[in-house]
Amino acid sequence: MRRHLFEGLIRKPLTEPAPWIDDDAAADVAKALDRAARKRLGRSLAIRQIDAGSCNGCELEIVALNNAFYDLERYGLRFVASPRHADVLLVTGPVTKNMREALERTYLATPDPKWVVALGDCAIDGGLFAGGQACIGAVDGVIPVDIRIRGCPPTPQKILASLLAMLEI
Amino acid sequence: MSALADLLRAGRPIAAHRPWPRAMVGTDTWQSAATQLRDGNLVLTGLWGESNSVHMALRDRALNEIAVLSLDCPERRFPSAGRLHPPAIRLERAILDLHGLEPLSAPDTRPWLVHAAEPYHFLPAEGESLHQIPVGPVHAGTIEPGHFRITANGETVVRLEERLGYAHKGTEALMAGSDLARASKLAGRVSGDSTVAYAYAFARAVEAALDVAPPPRAVWLRALMAEVERLANHLGDIGAICNDASFALMHAHCGVLRERVLRAADAAFGHRLMRDCIVPGGVAADLSDTGVAQLSTLGDEIARRFPPLVALYDNQASLLDRTVGTGTLRPALARQFGAGGYVGRASGQDFDARRAIAYAPYDRLQFDVPVREDGDVNARVWVRIREVEQSLSLVRQLLAGLPRGPVRAELPAPAEPREGMALVEGFRGDILIWLRLGADGCIERCHPRDPSWFQWPLLEAAIEGNIVADFPLCNKSFNCSYSGHDL
Repeated sequence: MRRHLFEGLIRKPLTEPAPWIDDDAAADVAKALDRAARKRLGRSLAIRQIDAGSCNGCELEIVALNNAFYDLERYGLRFVASPRHADVLLVTGPVTKNMREALERTYLATPDPKWVVALGDCAIDGGLFAGGQACIGAVDGVIPVDIRIRGCPPTPQKILASLLAMLEI
Repeated sequence: MSALADLLRAGRPIAAHRPWPRAMVGTDTWQSAATQLRDGNLVLTGLWGESNSVHMALRDRALNEIAVLSLDCPERRFPSAGRLHPPAIRLERAILDLHGLEPLSAPDTRPWLVHAAEPYHFLPAEGESLHQIPVGPVHAGTIEPGHFRITANGETVVRLEERLGYAHKGTEALMAGSDLARASKLAGRVSGDSTVAYAYAFARAVEAALDVAPPPRAVWLRALMAEVERLANHLGDIGAICNDASFALMHAHCGVLRERVLRAADAAFGHRLMRDCIVPGGVAADLSDTGVAQLSTLGDEIARRFPPLVALYDNQASLLDRTVGTGTLRPALARQFGAGGYVGRASGQDFDARRAIAYAPYDRLQFDVPVREDGDVNARVWVRIREVEQSLSLVRQLLAGLPRGPVRAELPAPAEPREGMALVEGFRGDILIWLRLGADGCIERCHPRDPSWFQWPLLEAAIEGNIVADFPLCNKSFNCSYSGHDL
């Protein structure tokens, strides 16, 4: 234990600088968000993740945001355990019929102002599961979506860049 | 003569099925198979339906022979195997949901994967001072959707009942009619954390059906990806289990190693999770010499950094206090369910498809299969620690012996319908893919069976008598797939 703590003191940190946010992405986010509402929350966002039937690939990359390389919390972004504490709902998966009600109820349990991020191709348009008999498809078929992050799954770098764009405006 | 051969002899063989035999049988033989499952001579490896028939994949426990029995159901009914052999119950509920075929005298016919509009009835748990805790489908952490109904007496869990199906996407129905390229992608999305293992099993099943062999270099590259995937998952989960016992330091260190693996995979194969890198006929892209060097460096780094973490785990009395004796799965139950992966191997089940089936290139590689008898959270952690060490050795062997040559073979068009199946050892256990190709080369029916089918029910047993606060720890130590199970 002591050895690990000591090494932590003398080794260079692994944490990497913030990813580059390109102007297009920032402009998209600015357009999508209500600036006044966004300002009220300051430089901190509480995120509640909802898996609406993903293959769990997106979850793996979301979890990676907490590792030492990306260290999400240093930006004031943190995952919370309840929708009642959340500003942002981060939704993955092609919204299965079995998850529809849970998704709606989680959205309703989240206080205003709130934003919904559809993360991954499935959440954006159903991805490979579009048209499936057990799926509804895009998240915006069930609750309003503000921001979309493409990828199968999107890399932590890309997720981070989009979330940071929300803080920047 | 083996028990399996006797069952097959009683039926009509299907010639187009590869590589293991399949036979159409009558209800008597079907029931006799269920009896032998109950008696423990055979292991249930899969049970699935299609529009008018049901199929049962069986493994002879002693000989590791595999075969499929099929039963026509013209009256849309079949005798329940779950009546005699509980591991079949949820699979039969899924067959009823997806194909409308009714398991006769089944002990449980509540909907499973397709949720009905009417309320779901949980099994009653009655007694003095019992209270219920409903958990999910939206959980507190970043995990998949599922519902757990915990009945507790004070702090102690009296019963856990799982309700799954929330991630049911209708994957099998989407696969039907798809061409191989699309179906292979779907297979790789049955369970995202095992995307390599699923694509691997799918490719092997297609190649078995078409009687083609991928080029040797592709065979080795596939195993290389499978071991890299195993490393990434084991490293991430060992840390996450410790985190659920409030030991965040281990989580932080393991998270760093996992990220290193994913970055090396990205550099070597072009995708962090190596998604869609394995395709029927071979692999999508060759591995460059730079990629070989990067993976070799990765192996060296993990071999250097992992042992101190193992010592950190082993020397933390407060951590071991949480993992030792918690969530114990009895070997007899693991045996009955034919539990694979670290869940089975931590409870005395000495089965690993890489060794038992010995598919190439594993027949030419040296590795041990760690087995323990204690069956608690600690045992599952240790099996995974040992498997990390084995995978590091396998990565080294694979990089050293990587043959040169092409990485993809042309697939012939089948002139008539063909059937194939494959069993591949993913990080979680053995993944089964069974499929039938039509004469047009498209998928007629494909069934992917996740190892979780035979692990989820055991979590209900392992948690009994533990405290509610240890449920996340037990659940993480099993780490069953919701998506892989829910299809």
